[in-house]
Amino acid sequence: MSEAFVESPLMVKEKALEPILILRGITKRFQGITALRQVDFDVRPGEVHVLFGENGAGKSTLINVIAGTFQPDEGSYHFDGEDLGSLTPHRARDAGICAVFQEFSLAPNLTVIENVFLGREIKRRGVLDLAAMRSRAGRLIADLGFELELDRQVGTLSRAHQQMVEIAKALLGEPRILILDEPTASLTEREAERLFELVAALKLCGVGIIYVSHRMREIRALADRITVLRDGQLVRTLDAASVQDSELVELMTGRKIDGFFPNFDHKPGRIAIELRGLSAARGAIKGVNFLARAGEITGIAGLVGCGKSELVRAIYGLEQIERGEIRIHDEAQLTLSPRHSLRRGVVYFPANRATEGLALARIVRENASMSSLDVPGIARRGILDMRTERSLVQRAVDRLKLRPPNLERPAGKLSGGNRQKVMLARGLMRDLSIFLFDEPTVGIDVSAKREVYDFMGRLLAAGAAVVVVSSELPEVLALSNRLYVMHHGHIVNELEGNEKTEQNVLASFFRDEPIHATGTAS
Amino acid sequence: MTIEEAPMNASSRAGLRTFARSLSAAGILPILLTSLIVAMCIADPRFFGVANVTNILRNGSVLAIVAFGQALVLIAGGFDLSVGAIVALASQIAAVTMRWAGSAFPEHDAVVIALGVGAALGTGLLVGLVNGICVAVLRISGFIATLGSMSVTLGIALMITNGIPVYGLPQSFITQFGRARWLELPSAAYIAIAILVLLAFVQTRTALGRYLYAIGGNKEAAIVSGIATRRYQIAAYVLSGLLAAVTGLLLTALVGSGQASFGGDLMMLQSIAAAVIGGVSLHGGVGRVGMVALSAIFLSVLSNALNLLRVDSRIQPIIIGLILICAVALDEIRRRGFVHD
Repeated sequence: MSEAFVESPLMVKEKALEPILILRGITKRFQGITALRQVDFDVRPGEVHVLFGENGAGKSTLINVIAGTFQPDEGSYHFDGEDLGSLTPHRARDAGICAVFQEFSLAPNLTVIENVFLGREIKRRGVLDLAAMRSRAGRLIADLGFELELDRQVGTLSRAHQQMVEIAKALLGEPRILILDEPTASLTEREAERLFELVAALKLCGVGIIYVSHRMREIRALADRITVLRDGQLVRTLDAASVQDSELVELMTGRKIDGFFPNFDHKPGRIAIELRGLSAARGAIKGVNFLARAGEITGIAGLVGCGKSELVRAIYGLEQIERGEIRIHDEAQLTLSPRHSLRRGVVYFPANRATEGLALARIVRENASMSSLDVPGIARRGILDMRTERSLVQRAVDRLKLRPPNLERPAGKLSGGNRQKVMLARGLMRDLSIFLFDEPTVGIDVSAKREVYDFMGRLLAAGAAVVVVSSELPEVLALSNRLYVMHHGHIVNELEGNEKTEQNVLASFFRDEPIHATGTAS
Repeated sequence: MTIEEAPMNASSRAGLRTFARSLSAAGILPILLTSLIVAMCIADPRFFGVANVTNILRNGSVLAIVAFGQALVLIAGGFDLSVGAIVALASQIAAVTMRWAGSAFPEHDAVVIALGVGAALGTGLLVGLVNGICVAVLRISGFIATLGSMSVTLGIALMITNGIPVYGLPQSFITQFGRARWLELPSAAYIAIAILVLLAFVQTRTALGRYLYAIGGNKEAAIVSGIATRRYQIAAYVLSGLLAAVTGLLLTALVGSGQASFGGDLMMLQSIAAAVIGGVSLHGGVGRVGMVALSAIFLSVLSNALNLLRVDSRIQPIIIGLILICAVALDEIRRRGFVHD
């Protein structure tokens, strides 16, 4: 396809084995947490190099370092023989390193053309050359085989089409390194296939492609080499042809799963939550039937955007209910709001602690007691009993092992794991019987994870009903007694006991979706 | 995993840190205020005269009361541009009500004054309520909602009497309240102190105060925490409206007439300046009324000093504007201490 990318394939062939991008000993810390430790990584022209790892393994940090968004604290960065020490996204782009992130860098109020040329407008004597940009963009998009109206506002496009705009934008600069971060997450089968053809064509033109994905099938179809990251460290870089899927998963998770996750003693009791034909959150949840019992952990697994998070949010009263019924302790709920839920003993711990969890400028004590100021012990007729408040918060954070255990410190100065503990402390401040966890261990380190699991264990022992939503499959498999699998807003499977395996979960994701990554262009 | 320094060689270090923290908590405002006062005492002996000090305290108190309301709204993550207009309308409404009541119930000053005060407070409450509903229920940005209500409120104030001052207030309202001095201090100072004590209690010891911080600190988190955010957002605007009305009453009693020229843009600007210089964050969630009171006094001293030094009065808004910008810049620098993940 596309003549635009064919420059001189022969020349590229000759030096195909020399890496064009070389990173050595890259270390990146955030607020004392090491996100990347001594990672080596390189990309050769014309290869697809897959980055593989769990959530929080450091993949996004690494691609952000490559794209110039983050400055590494240690290590060297060479591109095309040149030392790119202090890189900015702008300089990276000029050098030919372009990234298509999951979070798009598009201005929704501008048109397709305006977005594609954003920051690189064609000008003639300082005035925008609209005709030239139009013809160039038209050619590019036609070459790519995308169906995009050049004058549509980007905000009115579907996610898949927005992604095409993003890709077109990246390719406009004729990149030598292209970073694709889970590019098929929002694409349909046909669109994904189109993308794979494109990747193949770019490979032929000698573009080095860094491809981040969780999907085994895509990795199989596209990868030349695979680099596995775990907990911010390089595990190994392997030849794609010589590695088994199982081996990859083992390298990714690294540890014996039973060793890391605790063995909970589930004692399923009374039904705590029952959903009957629930549709909610503007179509994100469709006709869901669901049960959670006291004394057990009910897991919900699914891909990003499958509606699993919306499901617990709906139970807590954060989403619009369209149809169906939510029953808490065998009582149909008519008024759903966080305030009512807390009074009924239901608490929800959101996935995003910075946006929905904590007021970062406020201190730990205030953040922990925020949801309990209507409890008679802490406040009487709106007037706070500071001593009770302090002692209750102190007890809660001690049990969660907050470090440092300083109640008067602003929440914004804590690390991710400690922020999570402050949020979990809310669950110990009042009488609660149902605990809804949304991605409880995302972005926190291993020891804090352990403490979150211990916290769940104690809740379980006290006879609470615990619901865990997690995108980290090994986690939700190991923690839950019963596991629901969600896909496109539906519950597609319920697994228990020996049925609870990674294969069965993955199989239920794709049951209604035929395998699509096999017919890649050759 | 923790990011804390190890407990190393000890108490001197901890002491230094506490000192630095308390300094940053109180800010440079007390230092600025003290040096300004000392400098003025040396520069001009009139500065410490009884009349001048009374004047400073009176202006400072009036400003502080409006700024308290502004601060509450800012802390809750909002913005109240209408305070100056509420001062004007409340003054007009109070004067018109008292003039009417004076002819209806002659010789009953207490009744007349009570009606006037009630009408003024009712006005502030109403405008504040409208502001609050626009922001919390209709989800209009606080900036735009109060910009609109400012225009409407000021328009009504001007319409009521075509902009002519309203006289005919009970004499006791003026002499025994507005211009009165109790134990050498102007009456306005007592009212400001009473409100300060009350609000300081609200901020530190009540759920209302805590909720305003939480909503301004992170509204989504407040919602997830089960806080009735709308109700408390409305409460902040209502309080701000009420406090602006109190200021309108104080000015009316001081001058002896209701005037649409009270308050206005300058007071709105000064109230924001006083709040921000007093450490209230424009991003919400941070600020204490005690510091706002101090900063209102600072602005009052500053403007008095400029008058005594015969600085052109037209230069004063320029100086306030510059100080405001500096204070906001400082706030932004302070915020960079936090990590956002």
